Amino acid sequence: MNVERPRGRILVQFIPELTGLARRGLAGWAVLMGGTIVAILGIMTIVSPWISPYNPIAINVGPILSPPSLRFPLGTNHLGQDMLSRVYSGGGIMFQVAILSMIVCLLVGVPIGLFASFAGGHADKLASLVMDSIYAFPGLVLAIAIAAMLGPGVVNMALSIAVVYVPSYFRMIRSQVLTIKELPYVEAARMMGAKQRTALFKYVLPNVVPSIVAVATINFADAILTSAGLTFVGLGLPVSTPDWGWDLTYGRRLLTSGAWWVIAFPGLMVVLLALGFTLIGEGLSELYNPRLQK
Amino acid sequence: MSLRSYIIARILLTIPMILLLLTFVFLIIRVLPGDPASLHFEKQVDPKLLQEFKHQLGLDKPIIIQYLDYLAGLLKGDFGKSMQDYSPVSQQIFSAFPATLELAISATLIMIIVGVLLGVQASRSYNSSKDHSIRIFGIASYATPVFFLGEVLIMIFAIYLHLLPAGDRIYASMSPTGLTIGDFHLRTGLYTIDSILEGNPSKLVMSLRYLCLPSITLGTVLCGIFIRLTRGNMLETLQSEFVTAARARGLKERTVVYGYALRNAFLPILTMMGLQFAALLAGAVLTETTFSWPGLGRYLVDRITFRDYTAIQGVVVFFGLLVAMVSLTVDIIYAYLDPRIRF
Repeated sequence: MNVERPRGRILVQFIPELTGLARRGLAGWAVLMGGTIVAILGIMTIVSPWISPYNPIAINVGPILSPPSLRFPLGTNHLGQDMLSRVYSGGGIMFQVAILSMIVCLLVGVPIGLFASFAGGHADKLASLVMDSIYAFPGLVLAIAIAAMLGPGVVNMALSIAVVYVPSYFRMIRSQVLTIKELPYVEAARMMGAKQRTALFKYVLPNVVPSIVAVATINFADAILTSAGLTFVGLGLPVSTPDWGWDLTYGRRLLTSGAWWVIAFPGLMVVLLALGFTLIGEGLSELYNPRLQK
Repeated sequence: MSLRSYIIARILLTIPMILLLLTFVFLIIRVLPGDPASLHFEKQVDPKLLQEFKHQLGLDKPIIIQYLDYLAGLLKGDFGKSMQDYSPVSQQIFSAFPATLELAISATLIMIIVGVLLGVQASRSYNSSKDHSIRIFGIASYATPVFFLGEVLIMIFAIYLHLLPAGDRIYASMSPTGLTIGDFHLRTGLYTIDSILEGNPSKLVMSLRYLCLPSITLGTVLCGIFIRLTRGNMLETLQSEFVTAARARGLKERTVVYGYALRNAFLPILTMMGLQFAALLAGAVLTETTFSWPGLGRYLVDRITFRDYTAIQGVVVFFGLLVAMVSLTVDIIYAYLDPRIRF
């Protein structure tokens, strides 16, 4: 049987999918809202070199710690840097770290989860034990230990965050596979002589994908907060990179001067970004797994 | 399974987990690229000095011996020697721990009270604008970096309104002495409890004032999950027959909700408290740094600046053991309260 799939029309199918989301109640709206926030912040970060009024890392472009004014709509910091330009471009590091760590989690967590739980037996027990011990640990503390050893850098930050979140991918996939592999259609496929590999990749995996997407978006929000946390404890990137996390970290020392604008705007950006991904993740898991939300 | 055999089985299950964790931390510090001793000095250092330094800390032994030393030390409560001044890390950990404990307890109280009350409110006005705003608050609190909230609260309550101190605890010289009867001294290191034991109300007020902002910050950031949990459970329970029966008997709505329905949501909340403990500790690290709260988290962050890897290892291991112990305790309490899960 060979059914022709409408390949070139993904974009066209996507539009009713979006309007359909809005009709699926609160969860649909959450996905739409979150998606919009993330898209706006993402585009803002990408086009920041062209829309920034000043160079975000140039010092003394204005007076030191000037409150929001017409010339500097979001004020300036202690180095006389323009906060608006820093807000525009400060998300780059977080996006990079979160995306990289998500890729690592997908490459490590998904295969381990799939194979261990599909095979069952000792492999499953061992993998579960290792993953559960990491999962039980305070994530940030573990990431701090790893990042302290690896040293600063986007890749190192992403790796230390990935170690913390691989277990959530593993657990989610494992619980899904354990249910799905017992379903009659998978059993039927096996009885009809399907190879293990076929059963796993053709019949089990496609049904796990929605959960993977949901867990990846929720963890994306966590990864953003963790990367901000790493920066805050002094394991972030050098000063020369504009970063919301760095502004928040240094802003702590400027609190007594009353310069609220130095922390308020970068902070709101981090909240919005994490909120956007949380909304997408929550919405998706409610749409795909209504049982879990009970 | 009897409660006793359940407890034994549960403890036996914890041991391999702890061992794995200890090994994992050891591998992170010793095996990841760059050995801790050279990393500590960052730049060039006289090889002779480095050798001496390694020898002092036992870092020149073969890795297997180091590993066994490390495990044997931990059994005796020895967390190794600090790279900074060769003093035992365990001493520093134990002196910083009460501050973290005090923060963790008060933050837990706030997190539970705020989370449960808002969750109940949301479930009582299901699908109204109140329900929606509480849910949005829950999700937003989850998405807020704890140090950002802390900075905002410091800005408002300490800098602009001058209502509360911006950070730190009472000066060490002024700290409450605890209970003293003759030669008997009892001092917990939790300043609120020590002030009560000392019978000094002004110190109690002062301790609470210092505790206020950090615990509100940490409690608020973590309350979201309890809002959701309580709301979900209450929505279900409020539909159940015993609630209808209680209403039919003419009990006040308040009694029905808080006396009857909420009681059923207690067990899941207890479980969630155990699960959230790790998040609480992680949040405490950042909260302590924000408020210069002299606990374990600030100690850890200070050690990062000094590149004191043995101390970092010690704190991380201590946090791990703490989490394992709390989750064990919660499981045992749970098994005691709800015999069904033992089977």
